[in-house]
Formats: sequence, structure tokens, C-alpha cells
Amino acid sequence: MSIATRSLPRTIGAHAILLTYTVIALFPVVLVIMNSFKSRAGIFGAPLTPPTPKTFDLIGYTTVIGQGDFFHYFQNSLVVTVGSLFFVLLFGAMAAFALSEYRFRGNTLMGLYLALGIMIPIRLATVAILQLMVASGLVNTLTALILVYTAQGLPLAVFILSEFMKQVSDDLKNAGRIDGLSEYTIFFRLVVPLVRPSMATVAVFTMIPIWNDLWFPLILAPSEETKTVTLGAQLFLGQFVTNWNAILAALSLAILPVLVLYVIFSRQLIRGITSGAVK
Amino acid sequence: MAVQARPKRPFRWHIAVFLAPAVLVYTAIMILPLAGTLQLSLFRNVDQHQVFVGLDNFRTLFGDPNWSVNFWNALRNNVWFFIIHMLVQNPVGVLLAALLSSPRLRFSAFYRTAIFVPTILSFVIVGFAWKLILSPLWGVAPHLMDIVGLRSLFTPWLGKEQYALTALSLISVWQFIGIPMMLIYAALLSIPDEVIEAAECDGITGLSQFWKIKLPLILPSIGIISILTFVGNFNAFDLIYTAQGALAGPNYSTDILGTFLYRAFFGFQLQVGDPNMGATIATMMFLIILGGVCVYLFLIQTRLRRYQF
Repeated sequence: MSIATRSLPRTIGAHAILLTYTVIALFPVVLVIMNSFKSRAGIFGAPLTPPTPKTFDLIGYTTVIGQGDFFHYFQNSLVVTVGSLFFVLLFGAMAAFALSEYRFRGNTLMGLYLALGIMIPIRLATVAILQLMVASGLVNTLTALILVYTAQGLPLAVFILSEFMKQVSDDLKNAGRIDGLSEYTIFFRLVVPLVRPSMATVAVFTMIPIWNDLWFPLILAPSEETKTVTLGAQLFLGQFVTNWNAILAALSLAILPVLVLYVIFSRQLIRGITSGAVK
Repeated sequence: MAVQARPKRPFRWHIAVFLAPAVLVYTAIMILPLAGTLQLSLFRNVDQHQVFVGLDNFRTLFGDPNWSVNFWNALRNNVWFFIIHMLVQNPVGVLLAALLSSPRLRFSAFYRTAIFVPTILSFVIVGFAWKLILSPLWGVAPHLMDIVGLRSLFTPWLGKEQYALTALSLISVWQFIGIPMMLIYAALLSIPDEVIEAAECDGITGLSQFWKIKLPLILPSIGIISILTFVGNFNAFDLIYTAQGALAGPNYSTDILGTFLYRAFFGFQLQVGDPNMGATIATMMFLIILGGVCVYLFLIQTRLRRYQF
């Protein structure tokens, strides 16, 4: 490394720029969470200071927990996200294995067919998806959302996982075949455990857009029983426009679970991106 | 499934079993409805029956002022939305990634994690949080601008026709900057040390090293980011809907194709929902996105030189 890249002013400059942007990135989040613990007077009187004993107030949180059925929405989101994640990973890994392991006629074509969904968003099919769900009686069920998100997540999952499955050693699989293992056993017992890290990466990539989606819950499952937390928060915020305590508390409640999950999985996610999983 | 039964080779059922679930779900929930939507755009509901009308819906969309004014407005706004993303998101993303990848930088893991935080938040949170911050009622934004002495420049940006769309585009950039940053960071890390050392032996360091050596090597990544941004922008909906509502106010100035599609399909207030017109707009969005992807695949990607190390 040259001296030039290590010189002191340069390093200070780099830190200054990165620090400035970090502040820009975190400021709104910190501001919302900080003010959610304040009284109304505190929110408007001194929005930029952390809550002091004088301004500390949990009125926003009591309103949210008393009014909105957030726990239920949260449960719905969890069911939808975990359900779709399970099917995306299972079906995606199976298809990726078939595409990367066997040579058969139409292999490339099938790969291209499945990759189409990476570029063309499923949202454009909404009109016909709604008709399909109405016809099969799945409107306002969580099943409809799980089906749609499974289809949405599959293309990228198949694409990424087949890249990784190509790296699993052939000798290992052939050794299994000589020992008389069936193709299914080879897949579930040998290959899946070896690609588990990349499956975790795919899981994080798949999870974030599903958890945060507003479009499909709004269109396919807007009923009270099937509302997801994103849709619930959206409607709640619309109703309580003037109750700033409640809005800030609701926003904080929506931010916190995602933030906690992110802090736990951030290493996995960043390693996944930087390992060239998305090329 | 085109599994060929070669002589002496039995049909390999396991391939079909491995492929079937993914292909079935994907075809049934995504490909067929997509085809169905394209097909619906050629029909119209007359007395409860779907009647084939050819390209009449498109004629309505482009010919009837009730539709065409809104369509061109949404398309224009969408293009501006995309331009802001390209002009702000990519340069800032490259700058942050270049700084992060500089060797022996301390706290780089912290910066990386922190700058990616907005990307994981939902549009609902982002839209509302910024709405509150920019609100003149709360006064956070004017207060902050007062600190740097720019108080006079403050206006309620989200409420003014001429600024609202740009403000929302910048909020969207703020949210998604993490993705270009990470992808370019990954590309920069994958440049082998030998290349950099060779450049240094030739006396190319610092900024000129970035322009002459690193930038050409990360151009393919910038290409991918651009096409991902294009696809994402031309089917965006959530941020506008949460921040400005389905009417994309003030006075439709933030209306983009996604919100336009939503209103046409579901109806809003006085407008009655029309699945066929919704399908027509979705078809136009499909063609725009397909066009963008084709331009990328055939014109840009083939001209970008990829270096294999």
C-alpha cells in the first residue's frame, strides 16, 4: 500500500464523510424513537433532546397498545413471513439442486424461465392474481399472501442457490451414490447442510421485502383478521394523524423488531452481499 | 418437463420431483396471472361479460384526455423519480463504498451496518417518519436549518407541487442507498491486490487510481445497480402511497405509475375501479420495464468489458 492512501488528512476526511452520512442515515430513526418516550409538550417543545425526567411519558405506547390490535397484526406478519420463507427455501433449494446437479434437456431453458421473475416484478400480475384468489376463495386469507410471496421469492432463491450448489464437491455426492443413497437422501442429508450458510443469506434477502410489503396485504388481505403489521401500522397512522404521541410510539414499535433482527443478522446479510451472491 | 428417455436410461423421476413444486407455484401464481393480466388489457366488461375489444383500452388510455393526461403525468413523474435516483444514489453510493473499502479504515463495520439501516425499514415507517420531520407543525426541519443558517430556505416541501416529487425521490434514495453501497463495496473488495500494486508501481495512486483502475472495474456493478433501480422505480408504489395517499397529492404532482395503476384498478373516491384499465396500465408498465431490461441486456451489458481474475 502506498503512503498516499494512508496519510492522515485523507483518513480524517474519509471518517468525516462516513460519519456525516451515518448521522443522516440514523437521525430520523433515532429522532422517532427518542420522541416516542416524551409527553406532547416535550415532543413539540424540544424535539432534538433526549427525554428528560420532566418530559418522559409513555402515553403514546399506552394509546397504541390500547387501541390497535398490534399483537395480532404482528402474529399475522410472522406467520406470513415464516411460511413463505419456508416454502421459498425448500422449493428453491430443490429446484436449484435439479438445475445444478443434473443434465437434462431443457435445463438452460428452465433456468432462464425461472430467472424471468428476478427482473419482472410480480406486482404487474396483480389484476389477475386478485381474480385467481377470488375464484379460489382465498381472498382475506394468509394462505393467499404466503402463495404470492413464495412465487415472488423463488426466482432469486433458485438463482443464488444454484450458484452455490455448483460448488458442492461431486466426489462427495458420488461417494453417497456408491453407498446406495437415493437422490433425495443425497439432497437432504449431504447438500442442504453444506449450503446452509447461503440459505441463510437467501432467507434474509427474501424476508425483508415480505415483512415490509404493503401492496399485497392491501389488495389481497385487508380484513381485520389478516392485517399484517405493515398494513396495520399504515391504517393506524392514518387514523391518528393528530395524535403525535401515538404515531411516534406506533412507528417505534414497528421499527424495533426489524432493528433487533437486523442487528442479529447483519453480519450474515453483509457477508452474503459481499461474497458476490448477487452478481 | 423435457427429460429425455435416452436408450437404456429410465425416466429420471427425481428431477421432476425436485423441479415440480417451484415450477408449479411460480407458474400458477406468477407467470399465468402475468399472462392473464396482459390478456385482460385486450378485453372490456360489457354487461357483466368480458368482450374482446382489441387495442381499444390502449386507445382510451392514450386518446381519452381523462386517462391520457394522468398517464403522461405519471410517466413523466416516474422518469424524474428515476433520474433523481441515478444522479444522487449512484454517485453517493460509489463515494461511500470507495471510502469504506480503503484499507485499514477503522470502524468500517460500524459505518456499513449503520448506513444500511434505512434499507431494512418498511416504506410505512420511512414515509411517515420523514413526513413528521419535514412537517412545519413539528418544526424539526426548520429548526435544523436554523442551526446552519438556512432557515429562510425552508418550505413545507411535501406540500408544494414543485418540490414534493423531488423530496420524495430523495427520501427514497435515502432509504435505498445501502444497496448500491454494498454492491459496489463488494465489487471493490474483489479487485485483486496485484492489480492495485501494479498500478502503484506505475505511479498511479490516489484519485487517479480510482478513476483509471477501480472505476472501470466496477462499471458492471454500476450497470446492475442501474437496472435494479430502474425496475424498482417503475413499479414503486408504497412510499408515495404512505406519504401522500392514493391521490398522490398535492394535485397529482407525485403520481407515479404504481399509484396510477392502484387508482385505476381499485377506484378511489369518485372514480370507479376498472380491472381492464388496470390491466392496461400494468401492461404498459410491463412493456416499459421489459424495454429497460432489454436495453440493459443487449446494449449495455454486452459492451461492458468484464475482467476475469
